[in-house]
Amino acid sequence: MASGAHLITFDKVWKSYGQGEAQIHALAGVDLAIKRGEFVAIMGPSGSGKSTALNIIGCLDTPTAGTYSFMGIDAGRLDRNRRAMLRNLYVGFVFQGYNLLARTTAAENVELPLIYRGVAARERRDLAMQALAQVGLVGREHHTPAELSGGQQQRVAIARAIVTRPTLLVADEPTGNLDTARTHEIMELLTKLNKELGLTITMVTHEADVAEYAKRTIRFVDGRVASDTAKLEVAQP
Amino acid sequence: MIWETVRLSLRSIRRNVLRSFLTLLGIVIGVAAVIAMLTIGSGTTEKVKADISKLGSNLLVVRSGRPAGPGGPGGLDQVVRPLAEKDLAALVAHLTGARVISPASQKQVRVIFGTESLTSGVTGTDSAYLDARDWKLVSGRPFSDSETRSGTGVCLIGETVRQQFFGSGDPEGEIIRVNRTSCKIVGLLEPKGYTGFGQDQDNVVLMPLHAYQRRIAGNRDIDSIYIAADDRTPTSELQPRVEDILRDARRITPDRESDFAIRDMTQIADAMASATATMTGMLGAVAGVSLLVGGIGIMNIMLVSVTERTREIGIRLAIGAHEKHILIQFLVEATVLSLLGGIIGILIGLAFAGLASVTLTIPFAPNPAVILLAVGFSALIGMVFGFFPALRGARLDPIDALRHE
Ligand SMILES: Nc1ncnc2c1ncn2[C@@H]1O[C@H](COP(=O)(O)OP(=O)(O)O)[C@@H](O)[C@H]1O
Ligand SMILES: [Mg+2]
Repeated sequence: MASGAHLITFDKVWKSYGQGEAQIHALAGVDLAIKRGEFVAIMGPSGSGKSTALNIIGCLDTPTAGTYSFMGIDAGRLDRNRRAMLRNLYVGFVFQGYNLLARTTAAENVELPLIYRGVAARERRDLAMQALAQVGLVGREHHTPAELSGGQQQRVAIARAIVTRPTLLVADEPTGNLDTARTHEIMELLTKLNKELGLTITMVTHEADVAEYAKRTIRFVDGRVASDTAKLEVAQP
Repeated sequence: MIWETVRLSLRSIRRNVLRSFLTLLGIVIGVAAVIAMLTIGSGTTEKVKADISKLGSNLLVVRSGRPAGPGGPGGLDQVVRPLAEKDLAALVAHLTGARVISPASQKQVRVIFGTESLTSGVTGTDSAYLDARDWKLVSGRPFSDSETRSGTGVCLIGETVRQQFFGSGDPEGEIIRVNRTSCKIVGLLEPKGYTGFGQDQDNVVLMPLHAYQRRIAGNRDIDSIYIAADDRTPTSELQPRVEDILRDARRITPDRESDFAIRDMTQIADAMASATATMTGMLGAVAGVSLLVGGIGIMNIMLVSVTERTREIGIRLAIGAHEKHILIQFLVEATVLSLLGGIIGILIGLAFAGLASVTLTIPFAPNPAVILLAVGFSALIGMVFGFFPALRGARLDPIDALRHE
């Protein structure tokens, strides 16, 4: 396998919790490869290891055994702070529960990753405004999460994820808390980012119509990849 | 980056005003106590020193060896003779280098005017006493020599006595009852406030010695003789002369010890000042312990804060914060909190000390070094007690932290 060409490769990745009899394997020897610019949906029943895989992909977690490589780097064997640096430079996160800082304005939330990158205040503000514009939230810069709807909060979270111009966006059930209309708005936004910025997206979902937006669906069962299907591109008229 | 973090921590302190305030309370109280103690303490020391220099650094006080207070006739009393008129006469006749020689006898006595009453320090003396003690009159006149000689029922009163009986009115010419006798007020003494030890120096009545002896004490004893040296004579030179004259007058043979004591007020003043300083130091130390308690309060609240903000820490870690960023964030927050508490505490402590200096009429003596130390110490407490909670926050696993509810 020419792993150098891939952004993400799992090579017999295991993630195990507990000891002896009580040991459970959240991931049981997963092989996987994702290229730059892909839009991947990860599906599967609850407890099948989707979030565990996503956390490893986002360099938040490390495999118990096997190799995870990210941008050709053996990310599974890096220490905490180096993984933090990788995340800050190349990964954006979107969570089901938005995970914005409470009582903090949208602009300040979006600026947050830039603070850890040491970007000057003025440039931070400019970049945050651009990111908020990209997610269609102009005019809401000074609203706190409590003053925003769920869909708007998730847009702020997406703006925060893309403000650093990351290579990869990982999203764990990003529409899990949203109604149908809001779900489609968010998915259209992600699709646009994937197309226009070439942003690689890996997204966990258990809704089939959400997965429809992705170009590829990987299905997990019991910590293993059960199926991996690329969507057939409909020929443009 | 540090400046950024300070701003961040100020913001999060502002976001949790009530909790921040409660956290501060321990530090505020500790620092306020230390500052108030030390400021009042050094004010008291200054006051004591001033009192002493006011007593005249040139004042000797002679007392008989008789035990103080209302002691009944005991075995000792037969041995120790009180001072008498003839001792005073001998000093007046033979002592050189003295500016003032004045007798005084004292007792706590019930003083009555109309339906009001007050227990005051009543002193029988002569008109030179005011000079010896460096006391001044606000109004009226001292006793005349003839009043002193004949023991007329006249008296001078202090400010506390006036306020008790006459409010802010003019007491001159009024008749008050002292014990079973009455006397006419002829003058009002200048207010002197409290001593460093909280004794009211204005709750006093002065009357001619003979009047006091006859009508209040019921004897002819003199409790003490005040001797002020003149400008050319140090008290250390005056003291042996006084001793010689009194031993002679009291016919004490060279093989026996003196049955009276001569106190040099300068030495007493120094001793009192150093005692006050020691006391201040001890109280300051006790207050310092309360600062430690305040530090533990900071630690406690920072631990709560770290727990409450576990999710926030998770978010920060996920988007790329290093351990050190989280560590610094909470350390700075604890330090800023504690520093804030220290500054508030200093202000409250100074306000307290200011109030005390007004009510106790001692000088307001804030010490810049102590204040600086308090600022530094409260910052240090924040850092030391904030470190463990901050480390705990920094070591959190981002995945666990994000899952935290
Ligand atoms: N920190 C952990 N300790 C123990 N077991 C865990 C832990 N994290 C996940 N698991 C287990 O691993 C399995 C996969 O979890 P997860 O990846 O969260 O599943 P999902 O597909 O629902 O996202 C589950 O059985 C879960 O209970
Ligand atoms: Mg999950």
